[in-house]
Amino acid sequence: MQSIIRGLAYVVGDAIDTDQIIPAEHLVYSLQKPDERRMYGRYAMSGVPIDQQGLPDGHIPFTDPDKYHSDYTFVIGGANFGCGSSREHAPFALTEAGAQVVIAESYARIFYRNTIDGGFVIPFESHEKINDQIRTRDELELDTQIGQLTNHRTGQEYLLKPLGDVADILNAGNVFEYARQNGLISSS
Amino acid sequence: MTITEKVIANHCGRDRVVPGESVWVDVDILMTHDVCGPPTIDIFKREFGQDAKVWDPDKLVILPDHYIFTQNHHANRNVQLLRAFAQEHDLPHYYDVGSPRYKGVCHMALAEEGFNRPGSLLIGTDSHTCTSGAFGMFSTGVGNTDAALIMGTGKIWLRVPETMRFIFEGALPPYLMAKDLILAVIGDIGCDGATYRAMEFDGESVYSLSMQERMTLTNMAIEAGGKNGIIAPDETTIEYVHARTDHGFECIYSDDDSRYHSEYRYDVSTLEPVVAKPHRPDNRASVLEVAGTRLDRAYVGSCTGGKLEDFEAAAQIIKGQEVVIDTYIVPATTEISESLRTEHIDGTSLWDIFANAGCKMGQASCAACLGGPPDTFGRMQGDEVVISTTNRNFPGRMGSKQASVFLASPLTVAASALSGLITDPREVLV
Ligand code: SF4
Repeated sequence: MQSIIRGLAYVVGDAIDTDQIIPAEHLVYSLQKPDERRMYGRYAMSGVPIDQQGLPDGHIPFTDPDKYHSDYTFVIGGANFGCGSSREHAPFALTEAGAQVVIAESYARIFYRNTIDGGFVIPFESHEKINDQIRTRDELELDTQIGQLTNHRTGQEYLLKPLGDVADILNAGNVFEYARQNGLISSS
Repeated sequence: MTITEKVIANHCGRDRVVPGESVWVDVDILMTHDVCGPPTIDIFKREFGQDAKVWDPDKLVILPDHYIFTQNHHANRNVQLLRAFAQEHDLPHYYDVGSPRYKGVCHMALAEEGFNRPGSLLIGTDSHTCTSGAFGMFSTGVGNTDAALIMGTGKIWLRVPETMRFIFEGALPPYLMAKDLILAVIGDIGCDGATYRAMEFDGESVYSLSMQERMTLTNMAIEAGGKNGIIAPDETTIEYVHARTDHGFECIYSDDDSRYHSEYRYDVSTLEPVVAKPHRPDNRASVLEVAGTRLDRAYVGSCTGGKLEDFEAAAQIIKGQEVVIDTYIVPATTEISESLRTEHIDGTSLWDIFANAGCKMGQASCAACLGGPPDTFGRMQGDEVVISTTNRNFPGRMGSKQASVFLASPLTVAASALSGLITDPREVLV
């Protein structure tokens, strides 16, 4: 896990479900073939209703039309981020778009698990609601080791919740590496 | 220990587990489908090698069901990938599209084909895998990476969940269905009210329900964020399972001194028909509060609302009448589809009741429950207002982001299809 991550914030509301993160109609693309997998970057977060795309103002696409890569490193959400389906395409899409971190008040279980086991975006939890304090395009800096987030626009600092025992899987890279390191599968 | 804790303990070779601890468990059945199967197979091959063998072909069940009847070539390619993998690994439990074995929606198919057995542990690459918990077993949904690890090793890590207990008492009135009960629960505790936890359903009203109705309860545990839904087995369960498989199973029950995170009690005789308003499953209102809302469409289908009893309920209201809005009938499985032709009310088959009423009849699959490619049967294309027996109404879930979806019981959906307005089933039930 990279210790310092810097980049721009993309802010959304509560209960961002997996259909908003990547609408079901796009799930037909291969996650392997380069010309198809980039479509996940293009359509990441495209299911969020337009007036809520990039708060507080809305109408800001996560990935610009006809681009495959997003400007935003941080996705800032509220409660129950990633609820809905089990599609691993959701954290995959955020990662494919270039995001590295999601910070939300709470996560739906399967999404949280997928981000960690698959080694996609790092899911941090905030103690309080922060998606009403951070604005889309704010410059953020995160120290992943101590969980400290700084908003360079406001100077505000936030201490995020510790990652707990899932940090072992994040540090290993994904659940396969973790399983190998712990002798659960052979390391051939 | 609760039933959930005991099943997990049994699968990690322990006498006892406690909520909060993470354990590696042995998986009895891994289920995947056409959306998550191909990427799972890719990860499996990446991690275990191109020639790697599935840990136990008899424990892998593959059910294409999501994007089946579409011209979309990417979707069709997914089915071809599954077919090739099933051949390569000589998988006994692959239910191919276009073959007599084709089943339809995975969660119903698992029950019909005897893969749901009390005491067992089933993992699926689909969030509604919690449905199988109606059979007194642990079941939950995971992503492709976890599924690929199981495919190679038969193992997964699980954090033992705390259990919330929901006790339903009293006699269920004829105008209510399991859908009303679970929408009431989700409305009470919210979309994240059970996150990371088990939801155990208990009480005389639950045990008076058929297996189909019990599956409606456990199916929607995930809509409250639940890790699994579970109902202890009884005679009804045992009878159903014996009729579907010769495989052995073990009935497990919560101890009297089990520790619960919380307990909720409902007297079902006092509940009312409810809907979940757009755009969240916890946005509950009584049908009376929204009665008269103009509708463009009605939809009866999916793993939660496309079972035989759901169609029996709808047909009971629709028989001899005509629907006034586009009404889609999508049986979950081919077995249910065939039953629509063999089950009758007053001498008319359910199929004919719907067809004569002007409903649009679909083929067994997930269809518009999750939108899908634009040519998907029943998919929303614009700003339609729809009342549906499905389980999710997030923006865009049924296709178009502009559409508004009300979730309701098959009785309420059928009553509303006849008037084109949200209608309380008590108005039309005789
Ligand atoms: S019917 Fe709907 S909820 Fe059920 S498995 Fe298919 S898409 Fe998912």
